[in-house]
Amino acid sequence: MDSRKKTVVRALVAAVLAVVSGAAIAQAPPVKIGLLATLEGPFAAGGQDGMRGAELAVKQRNGVVAGRKIEILKASSDAKPDVAVNATRKLVEQDKVDIMVGPLSGSEGIAVKEYSKTQPNITFINGSSGAQGATLQSPSPNFFRFNTDGGQWMVGVGKAALEKGYKRVMVIAEDYAFPYSQVQGFMTEYCKLGGKVPVKAWVPLGGKDYSSVIARIPKDVDALVVVLGGADAVNFLNQYEQAGGDKPMVGGSITVSQDILNYKGKRRDSLVGTIAGAPIADAYDAPEWKAFVADYKKNFPDGYPSPSLFALVYYLNMKATLDGLEAVKGDLSDGQKKYRDALSKMVLKSPVGDVKLDANRQAIGTTFITEVVKDSQGNLYNRVLKKIDNVNQTLGIPPAEFKIGSRDEPNCP
Amino acid sequence: MSAADWRRAMNLQPPRAGAAGGPRSGGASAPRPRRQLTNPVRVRHVLVLAFLIAYPWFATPFFTFQIGAQSLALGLIALSLTFLAGAGGMISLAQMTVAGLAGYMVAIFGTAATNGVTLGWPWWLAVLIAIAIAVLAATFIGWLSVRTEGIYTIMITLAIGVAFYYLTLQNYEVFNGFQGEQKVFPPTLAGLYWRDPVPFYYLTLACALAGYLFVLYLLRTPFGIALQGIRDNARRMRALGFNVTAHRVAAYAVAGAIAAVGGVLFTWYNGLVTPGSVGTGWLINILVIAVLGGMRHPIGAFLGAIVFVLLQNFAIDVFDRERFNLVIGLVFLVIVLFSRDGLLGWWAALSARMSTQRGGSPWTAARKRLYAR
Repeated sequence: MDSRKKTVVRALVAAVLAVVSGAAIAQAPPVKIGLLATLEGPFAAGGQDGMRGAELAVKQRNGVVAGRKIEILKASSDAKPDVAVNATRKLVEQDKVDIMVGPLSGSEGIAVKEYSKTQPNITFINGSSGAQGATLQSPSPNFFRFNTDGGQWMVGVGKAALEKGYKRVMVIAEDYAFPYSQVQGFMTEYCKLGGKVPVKAWVPLGGKDYSSVIARIPKDVDALVVVLGGADAVNFLNQYEQAGGDKPMVGGSITVSQDILNYKGKRRDSLVGTIAGAPIADAYDAPEWKAFVADYKKNFPDGYPSPSLFALVYYLNMKATLDGLEAVKGDLSDGQKKYRDALSKMVLKSPVGDVKLDANRQAIGTTFITEVVKDSQGNLYNRVLKKIDNVNQTLGIPPAEFKIGSRDEPNCP
Repeated sequence: MSAADWRRAMNLQPPRAGAAGGPRSGGASAPRPRRQLTNPVRVRHVLVLAFLIAYPWFATPFFTFQIGAQSLALGLIALSLTFLAGAGGMISLAQMTVAGLAGYMVAIFGTAATNGVTLGWPWWLAVLIAIAIAVLAATFIGWLSVRTEGIYTIMITLAIGVAFYYLTLQNYEVFNGFQGEQKVFPPTLAGLYWRDPVPFYYLTLACALAGYLFVLYLLRTPFGIALQGIRDNARRMRALGFNVTAHRVAAYAVAGAIAAVGGVLFTWYNGLVTPGSVGTGWLINILVIAVLGGMRHPIGAFLGAIVFVLLQNFAIDVFDRERFNLVIGLVFLVIVLFSRDGLLGWWAALSARMSTQRGGSPWTAARKRLYAR
């Protein structure tokens, strides 16, 4: 009993000492940053990897910026906008964070942007949400997004498809905001260059049966544009294979990721040659990218073999958060005005090239066009076909003429 | 009102010379005062009400809005289930469906940001129509499911709930699919924006209080007594000439009205209604809230909602942030494992023990013991 008591006392003393010495080193009070990602629901795995990306940015600075300690307060949502707003409101109003980073998915981003308008003294920085509406429609003065959106990720794919000889394609995509943006990014360019999209099939998220969609594929299309994620993509590929389909494919940003490429099936080989667009490319050979991948692997042995899209995008946004703090020497006074000015003007040095913001505080950045190839061991991976810099949110169209993507926009049957 | 209370209520004239007169004579031999139609107002009622009214004056806006108002709105939806299950013995999983339908209707008839239908009618008209449609839907759900008992009621209401979820998910013309209806806000009235924390809190408090008192009153009306009779022995009530089906369907309609008001408030609280708001997760959450609080008294729904909302918000602080769902699950498990009737069961056991220790009157002790079952 006595010895146990002693240990407890010792532990307490040690804890107090640790706190005191920590305070002495950091001197200035810590900066509290709220970090929101989906640790539950359909994107739980992606959310976990997003958190890894954000933590990596903090670790690279050893948790201190301009003499102020960085304190991360995590919260979770399940890809539903109401849950995301509740979690954000708790971090901001109850835990009193200075800066908020998150959320992960499209409709969450729009809801958090709306909430940010009620908290003008806090700076909100996106996590990985990619819906156009978050920054394009009624933007909030204190919501920043250092990642490009779903539409920007597909720029250049239309041209690449035509170069492959796909003159008529059918679109098969999930029925919500993010795939709308992706299809728009593809079709805007594709239609302008003379491509035709006679049929668009919008399928529910989490659908299991694609037989009716497969039956509708016209004989005279050259390729399928498949914008499905995770299990939906695998289900579609399996059923298309069983139905004897043989059309080549064009993929969305999360369609031909590593988890899909590793699925087993005869159809797998026919994925070779599939082109896609994304803000990330596993086989990109710039030294900054290679250093980032090595750092990710070293810090997270339990992570993926290569950082996912979510890890990269959360990393970008957290890095921008910390770089901005560094630029103002940790000064968040005056309703964070200086800090926001610094963020608006910043050119973010990232593993995938420079990122800068437009007038709506939306990123202008790099998109990769990739192609699936087979390596000598028979594994599939994404080769970089082309790198397009400075892609803006309205895809090169004047903002006044730009319409947000939807089921019927754009259209070129 | 518990089953024991009902038995006493049906047994107002105690048998004189100990003869077995009443149909059920459980606990009837003790001398007791004549039962009143309303409970006396006690000190604790006044204290709780005063606390609820004063709450926004010392709580932060976060606690007023996200904890206080959300608990009251959710409690109101759970109250409809507590009423159905506690007094009527019918466990319906479709109460959130009714609430969500009301939310959708407010968005469709009122104003919302959507690609579906939004008619932009005045808010009061939209709310009235929403509640009316939700009550109709609840009546229909009741009419479909009253012919079933126990687990089959759960199954059929679950099926209806899931069907509605997929309808909202896949219908674009009216419900706007996955995106649902955004920016569904309460109006600005009398110079107040009713979604600001303090006005919204008082709005939910008023509705919750009205719903609570209404259910308390209803339980003592002939309808309420008959409903509880049907819960305890439907065959006997039928033999006595009561229309069992009509009573049950009416109970669904009443519960539907309560859930609809809660649904409108909850939609305003979130500012949106999407298929996720009526998904299986929420159908079950409402059941969890009702069971957590306890179903023997309407107050249980609100107690359950408070515990639920506090856990949802703060479990992440007391435990490893990536495993916080474990805490939520454990607390639920402990509460239902160690109490047969949620938090109210604990309260009853506690007060029964207190009164015997204090040496209360034999009647109170007996009553409390009976209450604790």
